[in-house]
Amino acid sequence: MAQERLYLYPVWLRLWHLINALLCLILIITGISMQLSTPSVVLVGFNTAVTIHNIAGIILTINYLLFFIGNLFTYNGKHYQIEFRGLIKRLITQVKYYTFGIFKGETPPFPITRENKFNPLQRFSYVFIMYLFVPIVFITGWALLYPITIPTTLIGTSGLHLTDLLHIIAGYIISIFMVIHIYFCTIGKSPLSNFKSMIDGYHEPH
Amino acid sequence: MREIYIRPSWLVIMLILFTVIVFAFDYSAEPLKYEDTGQNNQIAPEEQAIDLTQFPNSEENQKCFKCHGQSKYSYENTEQGRMVNEQMYSELIISPNDFYLSNHRSFKCLDCHSEEYENFPHAGILRMEYQYTCMDCHEGDEIYEKYHFEDINSEYKKSVHAEKLSEEFTCWTCHNPHTYKINARTNENIRETIIYDNTICLDCHSNYRRFQVLTDRERPNLITSHGWLPNQELHIASVRCIECHTEKTSDSALVEHNVLPKEKAVRNCKECHSTNPRLLASLYQYEAQELRSHEGFFQGITTSDSMVIGANRNYLLNIISLLLFAGVIAGIAFHSVLRIIKK
Repeated sequence: MAQERLYLYPVWLRLWHLINALLCLILIITGISMQLSTPSVVLVGFNTAVTIHNIAGIILTINYLLFFIGNLFTYNGKHYQIEFRGLIKRLITQVKYYTFGIFKGETPPFPITRENKFNPLQRFSYVFIMYLFVPIVFITGWALLYPITIPTTLIGTSGLHLTDLLHIIAGYIISIFMVIHIYFCTIGKSPLSNFKSMIDGYHEPH
Repeated sequence: MREIYIRPSWLVIMLILFTVIVFAFDYSAEPLKYEDTGQNNQIAPEEQAIDLTQFPNSEENQKCFKCHGQSKYSYENTEQGRMVNEQMYSELIISPNDFYLSNHRSFKCLDCHSEEYENFPHAGILRMEYQYTCMDCHEGDEIYEKYHFEDINSEYKKSVHAEKLSEEFTCWTCHNPHTYKINARTNENIRETIIYDNTICLDCHSNYRRFQVLTDRERPNLITSHGWLPNQELHIASVRCIECHTEKTSDSALVEHNVLPKEKAVRNCKECHSTNPRLLASLYQYEAQELRSHEGFFQGITTSDSMVIGANRNYLLNIISLLLFAGVIAGIAFHSVLRIIKK
């Protein structure tokens, strides 16, 4: 029996997700331009990259508030709560599916339901990205926007350097996540069905 | 069995609180001020107890410092038969402490000044005495060859200072021979070198009293004229004025003296914020030379106590990040090929 389409992504969430995705792309491109700035090769001019990066970073923070408050006060927040009991076992099961089961045509071990829209690997990685690395990136980003507020010395090294390093490492991890996230979105009923879900809000079951 | 859930929102709140607490403690030094305070921007010298016996001329110099080493002096008015206390003009006060820490500490005052100064009151004609310049002693001197006085002099002659201010502007305007001490080569703390060097510029450019002695022009407002510079205060604390206001023409002198007209000052961020940072050729030049000769590389310089976006590179991290990224792409490619084959 064919499963029903599930309405999993409300308007506010899709809006947040779309803005977040665009901003992340802009921030990655301008961030790389600044970090790997050379006198001759230009991806985005340094001054332009700084201005765009700053504005995009500010909007990202405001957009994050939408996500944070939305998850605090709606049912969607439940999907980001991690149950620690049996977590490792669930993660291994999901990894096994992605590495072997998927090629054998097995059904996903954690089918998507209204109560459980993320598989364990998704839940785990989304929490780490959205509640650890994104906050690190915007907290350090705001600090770098007002570098005079950064303590000169932190843990025996330059506070500015440490803040910058944290910002870049967190930004890098988010970039890697984004690549993997986009790829895994192609694993759906059809390669494009998950992308469609983030536009119309309905999940197409396998 | 009861399920244990962790609400991740707490993580964000804790991160923000942690940052606020860490940032509440700031250990940064008071930055130099642009605005005209009406006073010199001199850094208060550290009061060190200096053993004067190591200086053979200290006893003789003490005769001068007795009056010129402090803000007031006393003498006997023989006409009126009474002691008089007077205030010493601030320009004529030389701190003995500064003098004995300076490059010229082993000198006698009378090595450069007329012996007539031994008499008090000093004769009015002594105001007209010839004042030696750096080149009078240092030109062609093999001992001081490494300082490239000749190059400095020829660079200076091309500068806007020499062009606009004629003879009123001499080496002494910036380098008081009584207190000047070599800094970039001896001070391992780059921050102190920056403050020391910028103080020299700000002594006139943020002090109208000194500025007006040299020119009738209106003193430009440095805050406004540098308004285009992002994070102005941090830039001023992290780089020297001369990084942007001079042109680096050779490696010989550590400090460029060809101060450019303001229209030619660097405004292109990439001059410093890139792989070919201007700062390595100027501010970090000495440190770079030292590291090149001792360790064979100078990658770590701008990662030590400063951070310049676009210039700071950690090659190990760069390689690791590139490998990791390549690994992810390869993994995705492999996975998608298998998915297509096994479909």
